[in-house]
Amino acid sequence: MSGLVLKGVSREFGPVKAVNDVDLEVPNGRFVCLLGPSGCGKTTLLRMIAGLDAPTTGTISIDGEDITRLPTHKRNLGMVFQSLALFPHLTVGGNIAYALRIRGLSKEEQAHRVEELLALVHLPGYADRAVSKLSGGQRQRVAIARALAVSPRLFLLDEPLSALDAKLREAMQVELRQLQQQLGITTIVVTHDQREAMTMADTVIVMQGGEIRQAASPVEIYRKPADTFVADFIGSTNLIDIAREGDHATLLGRPTPVAMPYGISKATLSVRPEDVELTAPASDLPEAKITFVRDLGGAIEFFLDAGGTQVVAVTSPRARPEVAIGDRVGLRLDPTRSVVLTR
Amino acid sequence: MRREPARGLVQHLPVIFPGLMLTVFFIVPFGTMVAVSFFRRQQGGFYVPDFVLANYARFLTPFFGNVLVFSLYLAIAVAVVSLIIAVPFTYLIARSRRVTQVIWLVALLSILSLSEVIIGFAWSTLLSRTAGITNLLVRVGLMDAPKALVPGFGAVLTGMVYQAMPYAVLVLYPSMVRLDPTLTEAARTLGASPLKAFFTVVLPALRTTLIATLIMAFIFALGSYLLPQILGRPSHWTLSVLITDQALYQSNMPFAAAMAVFLVLVSLALVSLTMFASKKLEA
Repeated sequence: MSGLVLKGVSREFGPVKAVNDVDLEVPNGRFVCLLGPSGCGKTTLLRMIAGLDAPTTGTISIDGEDITRLPTHKRNLGMVFQSLALFPHLTVGGNIAYALRIRGLSKEEQAHRVEELLALVHLPGYADRAVSKLSGGQRQRVAIARALAVSPRLFLLDEPLSALDAKLREAMQVELRQLQQQLGITTIVVTHDQREAMTMADTVIVMQGGEIRQAASPVEIYRKPADTFVADFIGSTNLIDIAREGDHATLLGRPTPVAMPYGISKATLSVRPEDVELTAPASDLPEAKITFVRDLGGAIEFFLDAGGTQVVAVTSPRARPEVAIGDRVGLRLDPTRSVVLTR
Repeated sequence: MRREPARGLVQHLPVIFPGLMLTVFFIVPFGTMVAVSFFRRQQGGFYVPDFVLANYARFLTPFFGNVLVFSLYLAIAVAVVSLIIAVPFTYLIARSRRVTQVIWLVALLSILSLSEVIIGFAWSTLLSRTAGITNLLVRVGLMDAPKALVPGFGAVLTGMVYQAMPYAVLVLYPSMVRLDPTLTEAARTLGASPLKAFFTVVLPALRTTLIATLIMAFIFALGSYLLPQILGRPSHWTLSVLITDQALYQSNMPFAAAMAVFLVLVSLALVSLTMFASKKLEA
């Protein structure tokens, strides 16, 4: 198939398995985010795709060509490093033109392409500036322009926005996504920020312990997490034990309409806080006591104690129920918006 | 960081101490030497205070001119060769494991504990005909008969590079270790082979350190006077040898002082030229 294909890729550092038997297919033109906590193997996976690290076992190929043993400099890719790694001895233009100079392009061609790329990243006329004189966001743009200089097959970014402040980061996420769509380039971004992944990616790949836990669109990852780790890692969620008793399932000591998968007696129910509805206590609903209310203005969070299990509910100010700390309420959990997880 | 200007004697103390040391142990002796270089030598005696230019005039003969040129040539050669060996060596050390780094650095620093005399005689044995390394080359069949490599220019150069290398590595090491390893990785992702990345990214990024190392090795080599005598012929003697000879054996202090002052001036000029040239290159 066309695009990037990883088959059974593993990387061991001594006894540690940083990446464990990963299979992955990225069709051309796709924007993929590798998301996971630190130490989950996402950076190692990216470095193997870049050729900066060699897999212990497995193969990597692009458009059907096996590149597992191809050295980095022959892979024709662009990479943005977490530290940006801008060359301190070169100007902005010199940095961007580096790949062109290595390939022996003429001075005129280099200058022309540099101006083109600077316009692309909204820094026209910056070619002669020293890299050290730029702001964080500008350095970021230069690093992106440098990586795109030779129109690479693959655009790889390792935690590219982690050095920026929150506001600039959000702006750059949108900009990066627009740039990718404009160029239609296959892009892989490593990040530990789930908001960043949700904003930019076509496909989010959640990793943990060197393995892929789930690979799907952002909405699917949020709505249908594959396991408790993904449910908990993406956004916030309530993980509540659910058990089968006779012919129905019970949740927090009450029967519930949630359907249990066949043959499973114990599982975990993932309910997003915005899907927990507070009502008057009723005999068929789980009961809980309000322990804390956090009014954030735009959203109100209720912390509830349901027989020892903490449950969080979020409502908008308009839908705010008339309750206070210490009140006993009934919990209505929408079965269609909750997911039964068996792992 | 900006600071309030220091006020009062107490706040100036930290500056006064090094200032005092510099005055007592550098400015006064150097001033004395400059003064002596203008004094008149007394035949059979020592020297009397005067203001004559004869000492400098005597210097402008082809003989001393040649020695000066050779001294500078030798010092530059030592500096360049040391740098060419020390740069890849230090780069490989800086990229290796911590334990390996420590072992290499300790081994290298132990060279500094050897006296110049021991280094000189060790090399003269190693390069000799009877017990030297040429015997090994004969044994493995690369040469027909053992040969004496000492005395000679190669021997002088070898000994002095051996002595200057640890210093060069010590100056290079901190910058090489601190150099962001992702710089070379970035160069490789942009299409540069590892060797090309070394020449187009690592060396240019370290330019200031390389120049500092070059200057340090040059000045270090300029002062050497023992190794040229042990490992070289009289034609390989440096100005430092002549200065020692004049000062200690010919009792001609004013002439020795004049040569020393001249050597300082010439090396200062060369160093500033190097720094000026590197500034120009940067601009």
